Amino acid sequence: MKVAADLRLKTYLLILMLVCFGPIGDLLMSKGMRQIGTAASWAPSALLHYGALVFTSPLVWLGTLAMIGFFISYTTVLSWADYSYVQPASALTYGIVALLGKYILGERVAPLRWTGIVIVCIGVMIIGHTSPSTTVPLDENKQPTTEEVNAL
Amino acid sequence: MLSDVALFFCIIVVGTAGELCVSRAMKTVGEAKEFMPHAWLGAIARAFGIRWMWIGFAMMAIAYFALLGMLARANVSFVIPVTALSYVVGAIGGRWFLGEQVTHRRWIGISLVCIGVAMVYLGKG
Repeated sequence: MKVAADLRLKTYLLILMLVCFGPIGDLLMSKGMRQIGTAASWAPSALLHYGALVFTSPLVWLGTLAMIGFFISYTTVLSWADYSYVQPASALTYGIVALLGKYILGERVAPLRWTGIVIVCIGVMIIGHTSPSTTVPLDENKQPTTEEVNAL
Repeated sequence: MLSDVALFFCIIVVGTAGELCVSRAMKTVGEAKEFMPHAWLGAIARAFGIRWMWIGFAMMAIAYFALLGMLARANVSFVIPVTALSYVVGAIGGRWFLGEQVTHRRWIGISLVCIGVAMVYLGKG
């Protein structure tokens, strides 16, 4: 049982990481790019200058780091957890985006949106009560037995 | 109309299939036993030696460009609720391609997530 509890805990932690890193990366990138604006023209010198601005923007770098964090946590959790568990659970991102929008960007979040977020959270809670992993490593090429699944 | 369907197919089916391929590559590598970033990076690096990883990335790239194309043609409040169908495709793919056990309880959760995501975007305006 301890193994199953450890598996569940590390799955939760990595899903928490990916639902935080994803929207934070998007937010930082979007803020960084808005600060820089668009290139003045298509002339090579203007594009070079624009590229230099993008590559020296701390917000763009922080956004890129957060996106790398998202990619690492997403692919890592898929090394043991079911895709049909992780993919819908990652929809918690929508809640984080709304919270960031409301409290950091001061956006108004419509009631329909909050209702949708609550429904997503209920859905994720229901999924969270299923076993995070129902398969054995693919290289062993066999399906788990009912006992193995129940043990998780 | 036909091109809209083709673009949605690429976003929903090809994109999800790409993620399923990446998932398959990661499952083949096996669980990163240590809960440490270096172990995670090692697992991801090993997955790049598996062809499913590359097939998955190629499919995800197609889906990304299809999404950009669709967003250029229609409002985000229409496009994203439709793409919430990816969760259903993901569950079917997880069961069929990865041998996952998608229980009734998980199906109920996935359906609620689909409805919720659609509402989040419909409430955006």
